Amino acid sequence: MIETLKKDKTVRWIILGFLALAITGNFMEAWVQNNIMFGLARGLAVLGLMVLWRTGLISFGHALYFGIGAYAVGLVDRNLGISDIFLRLIFAVGASAFVGFLLGFILRKYRGIFFAMLNLAFSMVLYGILVKVESLGSTDGFSVSQTTILGWAPENKYALFAAIVIACAIGAVLVQCYLKTALGSLTTAIRDNELRVEYLGFSVARAIHVKYVMSAGLAGASGALLAMALGQVDPDSMVNWPVSGELVFITVMAGPGSVIAPFLGGVVFEFLRTYAFELAPEAWQLIVGGTLLGIIFFLPMGLWSLLERIWKRRGVSS
Amino acid sequence: MLAQVLTIILDGLNYASFLFIVSVGLTIVFGVLKILNVAHGAFYAWGAYAAAYAITQASELGYPDWIGFLLIFAASIIVGLVLGSIIERLILRKMYAQDEVLIALATFGLFLVLEDIILVVFGVDPYFAYQPMAVLGNVVIGGVFRDVYSLTLFALAVVVAVGCWWALTKTKWGKLIAVVIYDREISQAMGINVSAVYLIVFIVGAMLGALGGAYVAPTTSVAPGFGIDVIVLSFAVVVIGGMGSIPGALIGSVMVGVLRAIAVHQFPELELFVVFAVMAGVLIIRPEGLFAPPKARTI
Repeated sequence: MIETLKKDKTVRWIILGFLALAITGNFMEAWVQNNIMFGLARGLAVLGLMVLWRTGLISFGHALYFGIGAYAVGLVDRNLGISDIFLRLIFAVGASAFVGFLLGFILRKYRGIFFAMLNLAFSMVLYGILVKVESLGSTDGFSVSQTTILGWAPENKYALFAAIVIACAIGAVLVQCYLKTALGSLTTAIRDNELRVEYLGFSVARAIHVKYVMSAGLAGASGALLAMALGQVDPDSMVNWPVSGELVFITVMAGPGSVIAPFLGGVVFEFLRTYAFELAPEAWQLIVGGTLLGIIFFLPMGLWSLLERIWKRRGVSS
Repeated sequence: MLAQVLTIILDGLNYASFLFIVSVGLTIVFGVLKILNVAHGAFYAWGAYAAAYAITQASELGYPDWIGFLLIFAASIIVGLVLGSIIERLILRKMYAQDEVLIALATFGLFLVLEDIILVVFGVDPYFAYQPMAVLGNVVIGGVFRDVYSLTLFALAVVVAVGCWWALTKTKWGKLIAVVIYDREISQAMGINVSAVYLIVFIVGAMLGALGGAYVAPTTSVAPGFGIDVIVLSFAVVVIGGMGSIPGALIGSVMVGVLRAIAVHQFPELELFVVFAVMAGVLIIRPEGLFAPPKARTI
């Protein structure tokens, strides 16, 4: 891991890029700052889905972990009065990773459409519970109090913005390190040929289980950060199936090329949605859905592949 | 007590009939084209909007109320024909070689697009097309008060079920479809026009989805977001019965319909939970569904 941290180019780019973002964030207009904050927070869940996608798995139910993370923040805030960002994140990631660990024993046996559908079923079970539980505000959800950082209650949103940027950078670096390990490099191998991976002496089921727990924890962190950024949790915008669809959408839009791609995708999605809403308040989904179709058709490896292409071309000409 | 049991059974059957009509289209498309069509929910919403719009217009123009029934069928046939052929020809056709989950995602994109075109075409205000329901009046069965319209829904589901069974087992097209399901490439080599089979099956599936929406439109207000809940419910039905199986869709809709009716009347807080818990349970125990022939598809 330390070797990777020292040598890997991507890690350097992550640190540089996120550092630049954290500094410039202070001088952004409020709506730009908000959009980037939401986009990055979502990007964390997309990062987990990207690891699964590299393995050949797409989940239509990661809103389950997204929701668990968000509601964990809401619950520790309401019942225990915990407002510290680190404690909240620990609870959220712990809860979602634990559920992911348990369900992983079942899900690691499934592939393709069955994997996607079983995830969907689990997430809709949680949704079905949350919309009916009165004490959790049913369909309205409930509000989350302001987040503090080690006892300090910041006056503006910039502190939370910076915290989210740092959390995302840590997530990206950790996943990058994981992908460089032996178990991590099994991602594409499993997608290409499971049998060969087994013959090489690795357990496919265990490799998938680890990736699944990881994606669950990341989605939990993502939901937690979004709950803190919004100051509110509710089932329809955090646990219902279109949320899972959105996450998969961003995954495909960003592409599997790099651990930076999910965050880029998340931010692009947030701006796409804002501009689409500005342009056509009644038809913003049309623009979003059309973009998704366009990407699947013309850019199957996502926005990242476009960047890579531009990058390489410049490299050749200079 | 008896009245309550009867209410649950009638509610359950009513809901099951509706679910069957919607999900049989989904399961046929999955069985033949191997596409999990999220856009099916949009066909449902389009059917509902088209029917509601036609019925309210006809009523304003002074046509008799029973004309609504004709309009329901006309609306679903037109919606299925137009949307089904456009989407199959222009979009899905180019995707059959892709991964099935990626195709499902593309249909999710289509779902978003179609949902919003509805708002552009029909506006954001809800439609109330109660005329066909009002014209049939009410009836008392065993002390339980019902509207006749919801009973005709049950009859329609029976017609759809028998029609599908007949078309798939007794006609030339049905046999062609069975062959195409079995092996697409060989059937193409034998001279079967596979792309025509795909197109027709997709159009029929879209028509059935639209019919479900169109027939439900008079019983409720047709408002934006009409298709969102339906799509996951019909996923649950199709998964429980077995993806691609018509008897499976029948059993799945009866199970979900009755379970939901019991939950709504006895344990209202479990309404959605019970449906998806059963779906998850079935996927865990028999991933190919309760009534599909077992196939090793999990790995």
